Amino acid sequence: MPTSSEYDPDSLPDLLPLYYRRLFPFSQYYRWLYYGGVQKNYFQNREFSFTLKDDIYVRYQSFSSQAELEKEIQKMNPYKIDIGAVYSHKPNQHNTVKSGTFHALEKELVFDIDMTDYDDVRTCCSAADICSKCWTLMTIAIRILDRALRDDFGFQHLLWVYSGRRGVHCWVCDEAARKLSVAARSAVAEYLTLVKGGEETVKKVVLTDPIHPFIRKSLDVVEKYFTDYAHEQAILGHNKSVDKVLALVPEEVRQVLQKDFQSEKTPEKRWDLIKAKASMKKGDDKKQQYFQEEIMLQYCYPRLDVNVSKGVNHLLKSPFSVHPKTGRISVPIDLKELDKFDPFAVPTISLICEELDQPRTGEKESEDKKEKENENNATERRKIRDYKRTSLAKYVKYFDQFLDGIACTWKGELLKKSDLQKQF
Amino acid sequence: MEFSGRKRKIHTSPHAEHYAHALQFYEQPPTENICLSEFETFAVDRVKLLKTVENLGLSYVKMSDDYNKKLNNEAKVLNFPYRPDSDHISHFILRLAYCQTEDLRRWFIQQEVDLFRYRFNDLGREQKLEFLHRNNLQYNAISDKEKVALKDQLISSSYGLSGVTIEHQDFYKVPFQDALDLVRARKVYLQAGYVYIPHQDIITIVLNDFRTKLSKALALTARSLPAVHSDERLQPLLNHLSHAYVGQDYSFQKNVGKISLEQIDSLSGKSYPLCMRQLHQAVRENHHLRHGGRMQYGLFLKGIGLSLEQALQFWKSEFIRGKVDADKFDKAYAYSIRHMFGKEGKRTDYTPYSCMKVILSNPPSQGDHHGCPFRHSDPELLKQKLQFYKVSPSGIEQVGESNFSLNHPNQYFIESQRVLSGGKDIKREMETPQRLQENSAGSTAAREAANASQDLAGMTDLDSIFQDP
Repeated sequence: MPTSSEYDPDSLPDLLPLYYRRLFPFSQYYRWLYYGGVQKNYFQNREFSFTLKDDIYVRYQSFSSQAELEKEIQKMNPYKIDIGAVYSHKPNQHNTVKSGTFHALEKELVFDIDMTDYDDVRTCCSAADICSKCWTLMTIAIRILDRALRDDFGFQHLLWVYSGRRGVHCWVCDEAARKLSVAARSAVAEYLTLVKGGEETVKKVVLTDPIHPFIRKSLDVVEKYFTDYAHEQAILGHNKSVDKVLALVPEEVRQVLQKDFQSEKTPEKRWDLIKAKASMKKGDDKKQQYFQEEIMLQYCYPRLDVNVSKGVNHLLKSPFSVHPKTGRISVPIDLKELDKFDPFAVPTISLICEELDQPRTGEKESEDKKEKENENNATERRKIRDYKRTSLAKYVKYFDQFLDGIACTWKGELLKKSDLQKQF
Repeated sequence: MEFSGRKRKIHTSPHAEHYAHALQFYEQPPTENICLSEFETFAVDRVKLLKTVENLGLSYVKMSDDYNKKLNNEAKVLNFPYRPDSDHISHFILRLAYCQTEDLRRWFIQQEVDLFRYRFNDLGREQKLEFLHRNNLQYNAISDKEKVALKDQLISSSYGLSGVTIEHQDFYKVPFQDALDLVRARKVYLQAGYVYIPHQDIITIVLNDFRTKLSKALALTARSLPAVHSDERLQPLLNHLSHAYVGQDYSFQKNVGKISLEQIDSLSGKSYPLCMRQLHQAVRENHHLRHGGRMQYGLFLKGIGLSLEQALQFWKSEFIRGKVDADKFDKAYAYSIRHMFGKEGKRTDYTPYSCMKVILSNPPSQGDHHGCPFRHSDPELLKQKLQFYKVSPSGIEQVGESNFSLNHPNQYFIESQRVLSGGKDIKREMETPQRLQENSAGSTAAREAANASQDLAGMTDLDSIFQDP
């Protein structure tokens, strides 16, 4: 009998029907994408795409109600669900629309941070692997970007989601964010970009005076985590990684440090030496004086994929979608508990399906009775009971809180609209 | 988020004052009658001017002294504007010609914005203020108290802003959506969705405004095109005008089938520009290429004459060696290759990327091999590469003032092939054009790099819907 921590991708076809019938939080999901009904047909004109069995990919799925959404998903049992833009017409009718008039209107502003983009600066893992040591990079990324999107850009309704394997996504749901043009999205992404360059570039961060407040504040975050992170990654421990760090330092300083490092082998002391040289540089010859900051940023600053953020019609994996390879659910991340977040503790679909079968305790019996009294619909009742019995519960609860937050803005909008109507 | 209300007065005063200097937002169309030959002359002259603006923008850093001097001279040589109202009229005529496709609109908007910027900068300080005032651009100025509170942040946000400047200048609070260029380059202080702009930098806002308005206007103009085209006098002229700008786009249907897959390796050594050589090498070495590289190199291959079948064979054979099984390739990658050839989805036959597009859009990040080596690589690495590919040291250092201007990788390929097939006697001459090509690519690209940040706004990405499987 497999334990709950073992997920087998081959079991997905059996688990998905159960997941979509009894666990997927459809009413919260619909509440989100309906956005209070402030804009007509907002949900109906939203594109979804499904990845089905055997890698079959279908786009331009759209639904006229929550019930239809549920029915279709339960029928197709998608391996993966992506969310796209709100279009000018129903996406599933786009072929009937006059050529050129079907186009994307709005979508949340999104960000995708993927651990593979850090392969050149992490020593613990590479490619699709992650571990607790490099997960710190995601924590840093979330802290920096969340602060910037709120304080600098004024956005308020951010949903951070674990992608299921090696990264995180951010969904900025403010109305202003959803209405941003391609140019604006690309400008936001570029403002947030500090690490530039592909395989061919050695020095990916270059800072010049004056240091913009945004960079300053991002450095403040990095500084909190850097010493521990550098230690865990042993970037100043092994020769190969030391060379990589020294490649980022001005040439004359590099030569001195290389000599010093022959006698000083302790990584912490080596970093102290680098810091000392940096403050000397700042003292006299100000050229290339920020190399210490540049190192920290190159190793830790978030690397986002601008292309994901730019496109209004770009499709991104949906929250509560399953990751077919790991079985993990793409759950929202509560930032209040960010430092405790453990990607390996995120429930898998096999775990929560198993938890469904667990016998109920006496406590739970009385809870259910109360709900029986409050709910009319038997299926609804069962569904509410169901996810609450599993490890998914706390994530849905957090999602509810997030939705309560945006709901305030809808109420304001709806009031405004009805006021306007009353004037006539 | 709140947006400060902006009221713009539509300018309706008589011509004399309106044309006191050519600078305007072109908000009102002209109402005079002109004869057909004037219609044609005005339009053609403006196209010439805009092409000059484009060329100068490639060869010089925009708004540098050289640039301004040259543009000033060229305008005089062209005798533009011929009459005070011909600037106004010619702009509106060109809207008709350039509203028809995404590419045409993009080009027109870019040159008009550059022209506007040049003319605005040409104004004296007083005239600038007067222009802004006349066009009622009112962004809210922040109070002195707020200025003092933000002083340190403001100073560290903009190069060249001193405490004294801050005290003596007005600062405007502008929604960030109206100042994208400044936000993108992080040249300004941003807080709670507003940027704080010193009066001296208000031009960027003005330009954004101009660009947005023009973009909307062109979309509107496009809708009235059927009526315009039905006028037989205008249709041939407008067609001629819109074709005048387009350099070759290297779709090259006629070249299909002239290249065989076996030739590719040797061609890559002989006739590929550096960016494509790099990409080809990456494919051969890694048996994989990420999306950005597949687009840039895939479209280039189409441009040099690879057929869809050949392309599928090429990519498939490499990816299979990279441990992607045949089924996965057919499902995940073949679709996007067919899409490139216009066989899927919107069925747009995508054109190979020009140098401008390679340099300005989609910069490479970790794991990528696309982009322009002259723009996106470390200078040291680039030097090494050029040495490896046997460009002589003087060739590398030389900054070519050649008339040959390179702005498309497929153009490089064609020119190189042309030179190589020219025969053995002109071997010496062959080396020079090749080196010049490397240099002009380098110098042109380097100058384009300086202008890069300004031009990115407004470039739509055709392939933005695809993600790596």
